Amino acid sequence: MAFMTESSAIKTKTIFKRIFIYLILILIGIFMLLPFFWILITSLKPIAEVFTKPIIIFSRNMGLFNFINAIDRGVFIRLWNTFLIAFLATALRLFFCSLAGYGFAKFRFPGRNILFSVLIASMIIPFTVTLIPLYAMMVSFRWIDTILPLIIPGAASAFGIFFMRQYIRSIPDELLDAARVDGCSEFRIYARIILPIITPGLISLGLIFFMQVWNDFLLPLVILKTPENQTLPVMIASLFGLPGETNMFTVQMAISVISITPLIIIFLIFQRRFTAGITFGAVKE
Amino acid sequence: MAASPGVLTRIGKTLREVKKKRWGYVFISPFYILFAVFSVYPILFSIYLSFTKWKGVGPKVFVGLENYSRLFKDPIFWQSIRNGFIIFFMYVPIMTLLALVLAVILNAKFIRFFRLFRTILFIPYITTMIAVGYIFRTMMDTNYGLFNVVLTSIGLPAVPWLENIWWARISISLLILWAWLGYNMVIMLAGLQTIPKDMVEAATIDGASPAQAFFRITIPLMRPIIIFSVILSTIGSFGLFNEVYALTTVGYMMGTPQYATITPLVYVYQQAFQNFNFSYASAVSYIYFAIIFVLAIIQFRYLGRED
Repeated sequence: MAFMTESSAIKTKTIFKRIFIYLILILIGIFMLLPFFWILITSLKPIAEVFTKPIIIFSRNMGLFNFINAIDRGVFIRLWNTFLIAFLATALRLFFCSLAGYGFAKFRFPGRNILFSVLIASMIIPFTVTLIPLYAMMVSFRWIDTILPLIIPGAASAFGIFFMRQYIRSIPDELLDAARVDGCSEFRIYARIILPIITPGLISLGLIFFMQVWNDFLLPLVILKTPENQTLPVMIASLFGLPGETNMFTVQMAISVISITPLIIIFLIFQRRFTAGITFGAVKE
Repeated sequence: MAASPGVLTRIGKTLREVKKKRWGYVFISPFYILFAVFSVYPILFSIYLSFTKWKGVGPKVFVGLENYSRLFKDPIFWQSIRNGFIIFFMYVPIMTLLALVLAVILNAKFIRFFRLFRTILFIPYITTMIAVGYIFRTMMDTNYGLFNVVLTSIGLPAVPWLENIWWARISISLLILWAWLGYNMVIMLAGLQTIPKDMVEAATIDGASPAQAFFRITIPLMRPIIIFSVILSTIGSFGLFNEVYALTTVGYMMGTPQYATITPLVYVYQQAFQNFNFSYASAVSYIYFAIIFVLAIIQFRYLGRED
């Protein structure tokens, strides 16, 4: 093996270096995982054991009572709301993004470059500017307290179209031309040829969209007024500093567990597709 | 007769081109319709709104430049812009460097548990920020928080994490670092894997130390990706909201202590949805837009020059 030829001084030096690197990695890993651990144990504790000195980490009094409290407060209807909004928003976005991505990648038409520049430029419009007028618009549409403002305005994401265009570009034109000669309509080509090929890309992009909408906070906060219509992040925030009930913190953490866990499970299953999606836009081109 | 099939195919081809073109427009139209209705129109409407007095309901009264003249004398408005820059400079250099160093380390051949480390670093990015914000808030509690308990147990002084102007900004930056480090690291890692390995190896054989190889070869080659992540962070630090809402909001006071952590988006939210000054909030958001626009142009130019 290699170390036989190395002098022992260099060998010890590299070993120490590697131990040092692993130590740093482990410390950063602990810092990353600590909040999850703390959320979990807090969600299992009675409130009396949360703000204590010395800190209580595990105790006999741990149980699922905060989760039962959360269920009594209607956590399941919020879970369903969050899922429904995230699912519908993701499905619609994937449809419009793949369709437009196909349009930009495989059709030559006058004004294409200008239209594409508009699309790219639209990505820098900050939400800070559109929040107020969009809200005013939702009021006049009578869309306040419905799920529509959380699904429709963002239904065609510029980032998603860019992503899909890059993906569809690599499909050979001959494949599409052959289908056209056979008399396939353009929409049929999209549905029967493009969609099956780009399925991995759709999964990657869909995971990003689903996660973003699931965790979205500000827009649901201003749009969803009735408690029963709210999403999990809004429910978590609404329990903080509630008048008359100051110590809802442990219930808040139980709801946080319910909000975080599904995404972590989805992520662990689709990890490879997820990171492929995240890095696709940044590294290619 | 011999020429006619060629003519026919040419005519057929042109017809097919026209048909294809039409479908191109049809397929991209949803984006432009939604963009016109839900972005362009609101932004124009917002200009009009910024010249009126409007409380969210009732009639809009035209007041000319009143909102803008008020804004220039509004110390909290200026504070929010300063905070946007301060927080940006607090976390972006550290996060970018740390992400790059971690990516280089994880890219080394000897690293075991590579996937595990990458997964652990990346998980914060997919986590509901509002939930993590509240747990950080408890861990940063001056008296009972885990951070101070650990610090005092090893003989260090307790830190007023959320009660001091500068510490509160550091706390916000720490939360952002926690959430976004893994994301940036994964992007840089993917970038590193496109760099030919023999370039760095050749430099090391020529006698360059790992640090020299890092600064002279890795960083210049990674420049486009570094700029990409910095641009995202710029837009991000002016659009910070969830972190402030969970960590430094006390009742109706947002961005405590003493507006040290109020950010542009938080101030717009506060003016519109707490004070119901929708027209003033529009004026405020317009100035932010101008600033972000100028920053983006500078950065795009910078990017364009590189290509």
